Order: sequence, then structure tokens, then C-alpha cells
Amino acid sequence: MTASLDPSLAARPWFAFTPRTVFTIALLAILALFPLYSHVTGNTFILTLFTRVLILAIGAVSLNLIMGYGGMVSFGHAAYLGIGGYAVGILAKEGIGSGFVQWPLAVAASALYALVVGALSLRTRGVYFIMITLAFAQMIYYVAIGLDRYGGDDGLTIYKRSDFGGLIDLNNRTVFYYLCFAVLLASIYLISRLVNSRFGLAIRGTRSNERRMRAIGFPTFRYKLAAFVIAGALCGLAGALLANHTSFISPAIMHWTRSGDLIVMVALGGLGSLFGPVIGAVTFLLLQEGLSRVTEYSDLILGPILLLVAIYVHGGIGGLLEGRRRG
Amino acid sequence: MIRIGVLAATALALAAGMVQDASAQQKTVKIGFISTFSGPTAAIGNDMRNAFELGLDHLGRKLGGLPVEVIYEDDTQKPDVGVQKTQKLIESDHVDFIVGYIWSNVLLASLKPLTDSKTITVVTNAGASAFAGELCSPYVFSTSWQNDQTPQAMGLYMNQKGVKSVFLIGPNYAAGKDMLAGLKNTYKGKILGEEYTRWPDQLDFSAELSKARASGAEAIFVFYPGGAGVQFITQYVQSGLKGQIQLYQGFTVDELSIPRLKDLALGIPGTQEWVNDLPNEANKKFVADYIAKYKLRPSYYGAQTYDAVSLLNSAVTAVNGDLSKKEEMRKAMEKADFKSVRGNFKFGNNHIPIQNFYLQDLVKAGDEYVLKTVATVVENDQDRFHDRCPMKLGQ
Amino acid sequence: MLYFIEQCLNGVQLGMLLFLLAAGLTLVFGIMDLVNLAHGSLYMLGAYFAATFATLTGSFVLALILAILASLIAGMVLEVIAIRPLYRRDHLDHVLGTFGLILFFNELVRLIWGPEGRTLSPPSQMLTAVQILPGVYYPIYRLVIILATLAVAGLLYALVMRTRLGMLIRAGASNREMVGALGINIKLLYTLVFGLGAALAGFAGVMQAPILTVQIGMGENILILAFVVIIIGGIGSIRGAFVAAIIVGLIDTVGRAFLPDMLRLVLSTNAAQTLGPSLSSMSIYMLMAAILVFRPEGLFPAASR
Repeated sequence: MTASLDPSLAARPWFAFTPRTVFTIALLAILALFPLYSHVTGNTFILTLFTRVLILAIGAVSLNLIMGYGGMVSFGHAAYLGIGGYAVGILAKEGIGSGFVQWPLAVAASALYALVVGALSLRTRGVYFIMITLAFAQMIYYVAIGLDRYGGDDGLTIYKRSDFGGLIDLNNRTVFYYLCFAVLLASIYLISRLVNSRFGLAIRGTRSNERRMRAIGFPTFRYKLAAFVIAGALCGLAGALLANHTSFISPAIMHWTRSGDLIVMVALGGLGSLFGPVIGAVTFLLLQEGLSRVTEYSDLILGPILLLVAIYVHGGIGGLLEGRRRG
Repeated sequence: MIRIGVLAATALALAAGMVQDASAQQKTVKIGFISTFSGPTAAIGNDMRNAFELGLDHLGRKLGGLPVEVIYEDDTQKPDVGVQKTQKLIESDHVDFIVGYIWSNVLLASLKPLTDSKTITVVTNAGASAFAGELCSPYVFSTSWQNDQTPQAMGLYMNQKGVKSVFLIGPNYAAGKDMLAGLKNTYKGKILGEEYTRWPDQLDFSAELSKARASGAEAIFVFYPGGAGVQFITQYVQSGLKGQIQLYQGFTVDELSIPRLKDLALGIPGTQEWVNDLPNEANKKFVADYIAKYKLRPSYYGAQTYDAVSLLNSAVTAVNGDLSKKEEMRKAMEKADFKSVRGNFKFGNNHIPIQNFYLQDLVKAGDEYVLKTVATVVENDQDRFHDRCPMKLGQ
Repeated sequence: MLYFIEQCLNGVQLGMLLFLLAAGLTLVFGIMDLVNLAHGSLYMLGAYFAATFATLTGSFVLALILAILASLIAGMVLEVIAIRPLYRRDHLDHVLGTFGLILFFNELVRLIWGPEGRTLSPPSQMLTAVQILPGVYYPIYRLVIILATLAVAGLLYALVMRTRLGMLIRAGASNREMVGALGINIKLLYTLVFGLGAALAGFAGVMQAPILTVQIGMGENILILAFVVIIIGGIGSIRGAFVAAIIVGLIDTVGRAFLPDMLRLVLSTNAAQTLGPSLSSMSIYMLMAAILVFRPEGLFPAASR
């Protein structure tokens, strides 16, 4: 990374009709109107697919906070999907079906684990940080496998979706879809507020040059840890949504390759941009699904695409749209 | 250039991903088939697919007079993938029937979508005790067995032979636990050890084999389906234990592992509900045509799947091709009105077969390795979970 | 006690395989500063090459030699085509790009060899056990793995310490820019180093095939362990990789063998059996985390950066 002026820190107009914004608005519109399409064509599977896309996009948004804006490449972010999911699953199995209990606990448990992991990991940098976050994710992965009572490696079926009383019925697919969409939009809003605040400036400054930030007097460790915990908590919420969506949770969701998927989504969409993770998640998951319908050997195409993006494109798909060359 | 290429690829894939599968115009029977077609246990999935295709060929590719379309999906031996593929078959492909499931853990994970959608399912291998008991469903049938039955028969045989002590080894998942529990249920001798290995990725059994040796047991009983079975038996021989401690097995030595083990598998008996040489007409035709078409011997996985074709045929025939009559179809299926390759076949109240179990052993006939029926261990055996299932036949 | 000795030997044997993988990984990381997730794919390719060559030639040894050569060539070709453009990018792009390579290679293997996997038999003379101590039987083939890897480690040591190439490797691990500034053909050096790593990985893949597996995705699980090894050992240090590999191999094997028994004293058999392997797997990561917190350069740091 160049040490010179980080473009993302420059003052930007809040809104401008670049190809990128047009694309983003179009994408959001499609996502918003999707249930109508599904209703009209009677294709329920595609609604299921896009709900999954939305949920993983939330995960990618959370990762983007620390990876895109903060420069902390966490290779263990899928752990929080698992923690959130297992919170719902374990409580459901023990007879506690209320979403009002399950979801806050999912978020709290994820935040707690992120606090512990962050406190230990954030003392390291670069590839060491990548490896230690990976290590912590593997640890919780093996804990989940060891949970004999909750299925261990075979996973746990969740027979009833989270119950919110009369407030909202998660069993209705369309309602659930819009709930996930709402959570996604709320997450992006939260991130945008954070990133444009003093807190966000500190994080982005730290990514650019941590020594300088410390010299100015910012307690960078504390800021990074806070961002890390927020990211973990948000991803835990995504995990709770995912468990509801698939009615099933297993350690497989925390496998390091799933963390790799999240990194790919963020990188593909463009680091440090608000809607980048959504673009990345949509692109990655639809590429996977679409390619698999076109050919039986989809990864022969998907793999090299990722490689080419890594080599040539700075700023992921978002960067492509903005016409940025490698910097 | 690269930029345009990537954008184009993405757009195309997005479009392709959004296109719905064109549904068939004419009336066909759509069957979703879930099995494992990759990794070391792919041989099982292939055997099942071969047998299914053969069964359809024997019926002129028609069930109850209607043409058949089969969609094969690979669960890659993982419960989370299996559940996704099950949901895809039900929601995206709108199949009329689902057939397959090798692994108990994959089946258990997929059970909820199956029963929620009331899709008539024929399980052709997995035998988890849960779905024979509390989780039984009127829409789910088995043409295989319940996991405990096969090792229970083995326990009975070992009692007959006067085996005084045994060391148990199996994989740590639903079926593995059922299998070892099944043996303990009937075997009257001493159990000197019980070891579970990580499934499916632990393929190094040296630790467990040395524990078995150290225990001084007279015999070892194992359950390792697919490629793991080949590894286990190879290591059992490599460690010098063959000849020192007799090995008894379930689902470990079969027509799939024998071509790779050859001499190594001689003299390791097992119990099964079907052996190649069962003397009924349907079986003779099945085995002969299978060998002629595929140049391989069928295993019990295939035999169980072949029976599924006949079972489904009886259902569709009973409603004269009107697939919307689900209740009538499943009632017809309960009658098991078809000729099974294992001879006698009827369902218990939990839709698990009541059947005989035989002792099989591998012998060398010239250059060929052949599994032979040595004895009938138990007749009309019913699984011990059927009274936990509240269903009754004919309802 | 005898059982313990046998398990220790198994641990050493696993450590040897890990060393082969870690050595290549640590060289590439230390010298080229490249995070190569696709290293496991090279390991997988080695195993598949050997399985095919064994079927063609009927000889294990011949298959081994050919597979190592094929892995070397494959590695060098891969370096020129796909890896070279990644050097100037940051670690995240390495992760992204090599992750893509993992997907690609898994699918390529499925295309060429089919989805079922392969078997590779060791030479028939090695199909039995030998009594190395009274009452302790150990399979000959596993002993061969240990000895062969020690031999390779020795050769590697000689290469790195006694040859000009080795000197360049050590220099590059210490101070990359200086080596470039001295006018050495860096590109060629990098290609050779990457090829060497690929050959080592391929060798590991072949050796483990008769006792473990030849299947798609086999590289991923062991790749993680290899990364743990190089972190514990110290990036860029082959000596570190050797020591750390043995430590990790022992913890994993002995832990898996004895923890369930110890746990069975307090838990049910089922729970102990499930929890035991989990705990022993976790302990490796806990060790790595501890090293990263207290001594991040690893046990035997190579670079003074």
C-alpha cells in the first residue's frame, strides 16, 4: 500500500452521479423489489437465495468496517456468524424460542468473543494479525465440533424460527426477506455514521499511518478494539438471521474457508466503501450460483476471476466502476 | 479490457443465475436423487446411481406409465450441503419424490425440509434411529434398514460362535454411534474398549488399532463405510494384527471396497440384509444385468436403491399417474407391493423394512473375489425403535 | 507406555509431513513476502501425479520421482503465470488471489481425475509392521516416511547452508531489497524458490498418500497446520519450521490419542470422544496465539526486519 495520501480520506461530495452510484441505486432497487418478482413468477427458491445474499452482505458490511476502513484483515470473521447462529440454535434447543432473548444474546456473545480476540490479536499487525484471527476462529470451530449435545459436527436442526410474539412473523418468507433487507440498510447507515465521525476518522487514519496517529495522541488500540467489537457484534446478528433462514446450524459455517468467502466479498466489492460489501456479496454469490448452472466446473472460471481482480483491479468491482487503475 | 471482461462475466452469470429452470411441459415424474458423488465415498453414490438407472431401464424409463426425469445432487458427505441441496430440489426443481441419502447425519439435517414440504422420500441407505422412532414421518420410507439392525445380527452371530471379548471401533457420527450401540445390544461377551474416530476426515487408525491390540480382546468389530473402510482394513493388515485378532465388520467389506482390498479382505465376515447370491428371481436379474451393463458387481447400496425404483413404481401405478394424490400414493407404498431383490419385504409401522439378515464372507473363486451367504442369522427382524414411532400402517 | 511410544512416533511422522509443507511455505513467505494459500493445492497435485504415474509405471519409487519432478515444473509454471504479478500487491490481494487458485485447482483436479479420489499403494514389502522395541510394532512404511523426510531435511540444510543458491536464499530471507540491489537475477531466484517449495509439497503429498488420502480439497486442512507451524517456528526459518513441525505433530497426535481417555474420567464416552480431538486441535491454535502474543517473531526468527 502506498504511504502517500489515502484517497478515501479526501473530502468527497456526499452524493454524485457517477457510474458507481447509479449501479448501487439500481442494485438496491432490484433488491427492494425482488419479492415482487418472486411472487409473480412463483419462484420461491430465488427468494431464498437472495435472502441468503442479504444476510451474508450484512456479514461483509461488518467485515468492511475493520478490513476496509481499518485495514485489519481478519481471517476469522465467519466465527461470529457461527456464534450468533449457535446462540439461536442452543437456546431454541433448550426451549427458549423468543427472539427477544435469542438475538440480543447472539449479539452479546459475539461482541464478547470479539473483545477477547481483539484484545489479544490487535497487538499484532499484518500477516501475523491474519493468522491469529484465523487461530481464534479455528478454536471456536473446534469448540462447536466438540458440542456433542448440540449435534457436534453433524449440526443442529432449528425447528422453529425466532418468535417475536405478535410483532413480526418470521415464518413468512417475504416478511423475513424485508427484515434482512432492513437490517442490511440499518447496518450500512450505522457504518456510515461511524465512519464519518471522529471515531471513523481515527480508524481510517490508523489504517493509513498508525505511528502518526499515536504521535498526535490517539489511543489507537482502543479505537481499533472498539471497531473490532462492533464488527463482531454486527456479524453475530447476521449469524442469528442465518440460523433462522436455514433452520440449521453446524460448525461448517465457521470453517476458515467461509471466512475466506467473506474476505473475497469485501475485496471484490471494494474496500472502504459503504455499499461495496453489498456489491461484493451479490456478485460473489450470484457468480457462484450462476456459473454452476452454466457449467459443471464453475470454479475453473470463478477462481481465475478472483486472481485477476487481485492482480489488476484496485478497489474491487466498485473500483472497476469508478475507473480506478491499480494504485 | 480486463475490466470489461470481468463486468461482462458478472452480468452474464447474474443473468444466468436469475433464469428459472424451464419446467417440463409434458407430465413427467420428477425425482430428486441425493447422494455422495465426490471424495473417497463417491463409489457408493455411483453404485446407487447405477442401480437406480438400471431399475428405470428395466421399467422402460417409466414409472406407472409416466416418463421419468431424475436430478442428481451431490451432498459431498456434508450435512449443511445436503440440506441446501434438499431445499433446492424441493423449492427450485419442484420434484415429486426424493430418493437417496447415504449418511445418517445428512438425512437428519435434511429431515425438516422434507417433512415440512410433505415430499415423499425413499431413503435408500441412512438408518438413523431418530427417524425410525420419534422423528418418523408418514412421507418418509426406507428401503434399507435401521442402523442397529445389521450390527445386532452380528452380535447374535458372535454369540453363536462363542466370541468372548471384543473391541469396538467406529466413526463419531450418528450412524457410527448407532452401529456400535447395536452390537452392544445383542452381544453377550465382554466389551474391552469402544473408540470413536473423527468423521469423515480421520483416516489414520493406528492409534485405535494399537489400543485394540493392547486390550487383549479376542475380536475387533468395526464400522467404516466407503473409502475409510479400505484404509482401516489396509492398516489392520499393515499393523500385523491380521491373524492375531479376528476382525468382524459391518458395511466395511463390500463390493465397493473388495476390488481395492482383494486378498486383504478375505476371512473378515459381516452381516447384511442382502448378499449378491440370494436366490430369488428379482435378484438374479438385478445382479446379472448390473454386471452386464457396468462390468462391476453391485453392492447392497445398489440393491437398496434398485428396490426404491420398484417401490415408487408401485405408488405411481396405484394412482394411475395422478401425482397430486399424495395420500393415496403413500398408502400404496406402505403395502410394499413389489418384488424386492432381498426376497421377503414388508414395512413396519415406522416405514422401516422387516427383513432377514445373513452372514456374508469373502471367498476366492479362481481369480475372482466373491461374497457368499454363509448362513441366515435372523429372520423377519424388526428394528427396536418402532414403538417410539406413533404411526400405524394404513392410516 | 509402549502405546505412548507408538503415538510419539506417529506424532513425529506427522511432524515430518508438516515440515515438508512448512519448509516451502516459509521460504516463499520469507523471501518473496507472499502469502500462498494455494500451497495445499501443490501438495494435492503431487499426490494425484503420483497416483497416475504409479498406475502407468507400476512402481511406487518411479511414481514418486516423477511426481516430484512434475510438482517442481508445475510450481515454476504457476509462479511465472499467476504468482509473479502478485508480488507487488499487498497481503490481502495475495489472500484473494491464491484463494481463487485453490478453487481453480480443486475444480481442475475434478475435471482431470474425476471426483472420487485415488488410491496409492506403498511398495508391497512395506505392507507390514516391524518390531522396533519389545512389544512395540510400527508399520514399516511410516518409518520410511520419517527417514525419507529426515534425508530431505538434510539435503535442504546442505542446499541452504553450503551452496550459492542457498546463500542467496538466506540473504533474500534476511534482506530482500539488498539482494536485488546487488544485481542478482531476482526473478529467476524467486521462480526457483517457488519451484522448490512446490517440489517439497508434492513430495509430502506423495508420501502421505498410501496412509491417508488422495482426494480433492486434501490440501486445505493440512495447509492451516502448515501456517501454524511457520508462525510458531518463525517466518523464513527452515530450522524453525523443523522444530515447530515436530512440536505441532506431537501435540496433535498425542493429544488426540490421550485426551479422550483422560476426559473419560469425568465425562461420558460419547462426549469424551467428541471433545477430546476438539481440545487437542484447539491446543495447537492456542500455542500459536500464545507465540503471537508473547514472541511474535517465532521460535527461530530468520529475518531482522
